This record gives sequence, C-alpha cells and structure tokens, in this order.
Amino acid sequence: MIHGIDPAVDNLCARLEERFSEVTGHCEIIVDQIIMNIPADALIEVATALRAEEEFAFDQLMDLCGVDYSAYGEVDWQTQTATSSGFSRAVESHALKIASQAIDKRFAIIYQLLSLKNNQRLRLRVFADGEPPVIPSVVSIWNSADWYEREAFDLFGVLFDGHPDLRRILTDYGFIGHPFRKDFPLEGNVEVRYDEEKGRVIYQPVTIENRVLVPRVIRDDGRFGSPEIEGSDHA
Amino acid sequence: MPEIKNMTLNFGPQHPAAHGVLRLILEMDGEVIERADPHVGLLHRGTEKLAESKPYNQSIGYMDRLDYVSMMCNEHAYVNAIEKLIGIEAPVRAQYIRVMFDEITRILNHLMWLGTHALDVGAMTMFLYCFREREDLMDCYEAVSGTRMHATYYRPGGVYRDLPDSMPQYEVSKWKGKRRVKQLNENRQGSLLDFIDDFVKRFPSCVDEYETLLTDNRIWKQRTVDIGVVSPERAKQMGFSGPMLRGSGIEWDLRKKQPYEVYNQLDFDIPVGTNGDCYDRYLVRVEEMRQSNRILRQCVDWLRKNPGSVMLDDHKLNPPKREDMKEDMEALIHHFKLFTEGYCVPAGEVYSAVEHPKGEFGIYLISDGANKPYRVKIRAAGFAHLSAINEMVKGHMLADVVTVIGTQDIVFGEIDR
Repeated sequence: MIHGIDPAVDNLCARLEERFSEVTGHCEIIVDQIIMNIPADALIEVATALRAEEEFAFDQLMDLCGVDYSAYGEVDWQTQTATSSGFSRAVESHALKIASQAIDKRFAIIYQLLSLKNNQRLRLRVFADGEPPVIPSVVSIWNSADWYEREAFDLFGVLFDGHPDLRRILTDYGFIGHPFRKDFPLEGNVEVRYDEEKGRVIYQPVTIENRVLVPRVIRDDGRFGSPEIEGSDHA
Repeated sequence: MPEIKNMTLNFGPQHPAAHGVLRLILEMDGEVIERADPHVGLLHRGTEKLAESKPYNQSIGYMDRLDYVSMMCNEHAYVNAIEKLIGIEAPVRAQYIRVMFDEITRILNHLMWLGTHALDVGAMTMFLYCFREREDLMDCYEAVSGTRMHATYYRPGGVYRDLPDSMPQYEVSKWKGKRRVKQLNENRQGSLLDFIDDFVKRFPSCVDEYETLLTDNRIWKQRTVDIGVVSPERAKQMGFSGPMLRGSGIEWDLRKKQPYEVYNQLDFDIPVGTNGDCYDRYLVRVEEMRQSNRILRQCVDWLRKNPGSVMLDDHKLNPPKREDMKEDMEALIHHFKLFTEGYCVPAGEVYSAVEHPKGEFGIYLISDGANKPYRVKIRAAGFAHLSAINEMVKGHMLADVVTVIGTQDIVFGEIDR
C-alpha cells in the first residue's frame, strides 16, 4: 500500500547520503518523499551539485517556502485533563507546548526539487540562523527562486543573501511585519477605512477580535498508528 | 532631432486584459517593452495562514477560491495531501469521479482561457462560443455539489456524495418560454452521467468550431506566432509546468509521469509543442481539451458499469449517515467529535502535486499531529509563470503584453493566495 517504500526513492536516498555525507546526516523519508537537511553554509555547494550532476539532475525548483517552527507542537487545550477542567467554546489560546515535538531552530526554508530527467523529487530543508535570519540565495542556480525568495522574505522576514531584488511581493505597499510568522496575529495589526473628515483612506489599529471556534488539539490515540491496525478497528 | 526618452507606463491594476488585479510597470522605448515589473498581491488573502487556524476539512472550500476557474483540481491536491499523510486511499469509484471532475474542470479552465485570450487578442466570437459550453459543465458542478463554482466536493477518503440520478431542469419564466425550456431540458431527462455522455458526444464538434475560427486565422496567427518564445532550457530554469512547459517541447505531464488516482488506467495522449510560442501553447491547450474529452468518455463508461461506495467507511474522517445518528450512540458521538474538533493527522510532512489545468499545483502540508495543519504552502503554477513575464515580453510591443498574459493563463486567486 502507500506505506511501502518505493525502491527508486530508497536508492536515491542512499546515493544522496553517500554523495553529501560531509554536509548532511541521515535523509528522512516520509510518505515516499525524501527530506534532506543541510546547513545554510553548504546550500550553494549542494544545490549546484544537485542541479549539475547527471545522476541527480534536479533541473527544476518547483517551490520554495518558509516555515516558522516556533509554535510546533503547541495546542490550545490539553486533552489528558479534559474531563476535570471542562471546556468552553472560544477558548483563550494557552499555547501549551508538547515538549517532545519541539524543534529548536525557528525558521526553515524548504526547497521542492524536481528532476524531469529521472522523474524524481527531493525536498531540501535549510534552517536559518540569526535575527533576521539569513540564507544564501539560489537565484543564480534556479531562476525560478526569484519570486519565491521574495515571498519567503515578505511573509517570514528571512533574508536571502545575493538576491538581486529582494522586495516585498504579496503584502501591501508599506506593510509592517512578516505576516506568516507564528507571532503575527491572524487578524493582523492594522485595518483600513475611508475617513470622511480627512477625505482619504486611513490606517487604524484593528477593531476585530480573533475567536477560536475549534481549539487546536493533538490527539495521539493510535488511530492512524500503523498500517496493520488501520482499517481493522473503525467505529 | 528631439531627444527620445523612455516612458514608464502603468498597466492595471484594473485592466480588462490583466485577467484580474495585475499591476504591471512597463518601461518602454516608444512602443517596445524594455522591462516589465509585475506588482502582485492585490488579491492576497493569506489563505495559507487561514488554513493554519482551521480544522483540515474547513479549508477545502478555500481551495476552490484559489484558482477560481479550476476549482476541483485545487481541492484535489489538498485532499490528496491529507490522504497521503493519514495513509488512506479513496474507493475506486471515488477516484474515477475525481478524475472525471478533474477533466471537466480542465475543459472548464481551458474554455475560460480560450475565450478570454481570444477576446484580448481581438476575437469576440470565441468568448460567446466558449461560455456556451462552460454553462453545461457548470451545470454538472451544480448537479453534483449544489454550487456552480465553489464545490467543496472532494473530501479526504472520497467525494462528498455519489453522482445524482437526475439533472436540475430549466423552468418557464418571463425570459424563457415553454418551447425554449423544452429544448433546453431535452438532454437533462436522464442522470448526470447521461448528461455528460451527451456533452462528450457533441463537444468535439464544438472544438472544431473554435479551431475553424482561430487555428488558420490570419490575424490570430499574426498575433500569436513567434510571440513570447520560451526555449526548453529557459522553461525549466524558470519553473514552468503544465501547458507552458509542454508548449516549449518538453514532454512532461504528471498524469502520465507520476500518475495519481486512476490516470494510469486511462487512455489519453499528451500534446507537445515545438516552438514554445503563444501559438504552440494555444494548440497544446486545444488538443488537451480533446484529450480530456476522451478521458471523460472512459470515466462515464466505467462509472455506469461499476456502482459502489464513494467514501471510505471511516467515521473518524467523515460523518455517519443521518439515519444512523438517530439510533446509534456511537454514530452520534462520531458526528459530534468530527464537527466540533475534526480529525488529527499524524505528524509529518508531504508535498502532493496534481496536474492542474495551468500546470503543477502542489500542496506542501506540515502536520504536528494536531487537528489543524501546522503549515500549508500552496504551489501555484501561475506564480512561476508570471515571474517570467519580464523575460517573455522584453522586446515585444505593448499589445503583445496582453497576448503573453493571456497565454500564461493567469488567475490571481492562485498567484496572490
């Protein structure tokens, strides 16, 4: 079924680990997709090799995106103590952290690569250090990275060293902040309206409040645990 | 001699040929484009951030609103991503229904593209012809989901409900008399499959009509041949996918190369261009409509012969029947839990891509084990295509910018997200 590991993926994974043993550790395989973690200072070297070497030939960068791991594993509501404390709708967000799932570094940039020649995909994950986080740009290797890096900069505030034109792309002219960071409120900070007296559109602090209708919970009840159990014990 | 200066022209954001809210800053030397700088984001809604704050199922409806002319294909990528992470597969009948609606969607999208692209270039009639057929396909959407556009029809584990046995009918009104209504309802007497079957039979002659108007049309060729040429190397370098990549002569289609659902059991061909200009991309998309029609026919045949379940019988993921809830406590609890909390997806991450009418549409989903996604990233084909517009229009005339926007099949719902 879906869980069996595709031999071609396994093979690629082994070759990647061997070729890049100096910079990367073990590659992860989740749902038949390879994730290679590499440090930021080795990115250019690895990316150049992945694109140029016949064996890999990852000639297309399909996607590039940022991830903010700062709230990873955080929930609104601890499920173990549910019955004793009860639960009302529209809870305040408590941000309970489930320690075992925390990831220590905050920002990562994800590269989705595709090789048309070998018909294979690969995902690179590069963690960015510092505030603001900085990562070398790959525009010169894959030109499609241009707008994707602008987007990641706009939404997460990650700087791309060597990008020719790092401007905001999706947010408004003069926007402040990086909206996809987990500490940026869902409802935003400012709203616009037309001011009759001033005769123009003005910015003002938001007047709406965020209501959490469905709290975020993590349940590990083994429901989807292993493929053997799945399908045998439903309801 | 007077000094000639470069001119900067602001194109959009409200321009009928900009296919939405595109603001282009054009630096021009006379009528020749020297540089095009697109300003996007005027339709940015933060779909990805919104999806992070909602249970998985509540975001399916948002997917329709991304590329709002190929709704169900967007849903497909999202639903596939969830299914992959959970490790389930929809029943075969649901897979056929999904494929059938993906192809209906592809025709819908290409008709919209053809109509507006031709209109931009100057052929008014195409628009009317294309919207005539779109109407029938939207009725299929309506019959199966109740809405004509934003269907929310695909669900993790299958599709929301089986195909209906009857089609909605036209009614007599002050705009439509008895005779007209009877004529309109003629092919709506049977089930949805009968209606699609009827469409499949007459659609090839409709495509012939479009081709009669355009393919050998002198003006059409003058406006599209050798405009916006992209070499295969550049197409790969700029992250092109779908018809934009195939127009440049690269044989690549996810339905063939990385088949999902039942595409590997269906018989269809992938058209490929040679020159990588707007005319080739036109030919590729027109042929794709014919191929989609072929797939539709095979799906209709299969679905007629094979009744069955369209949803996994797993009430952790989808609601139990109303009747069961009246008598069965377990069913009631499942229903309650599903609608107040949703379901938790095991921790992990997945990238799931489908061959969307515009190219590769991917959903990158990270779950930390909660009932809401930790991060959803939408890979929209149009975003990569639009980023290449500067290269495609450089050295062309102002009127060709409109042709290039048309050939890229831009929709801002997916680019701005």
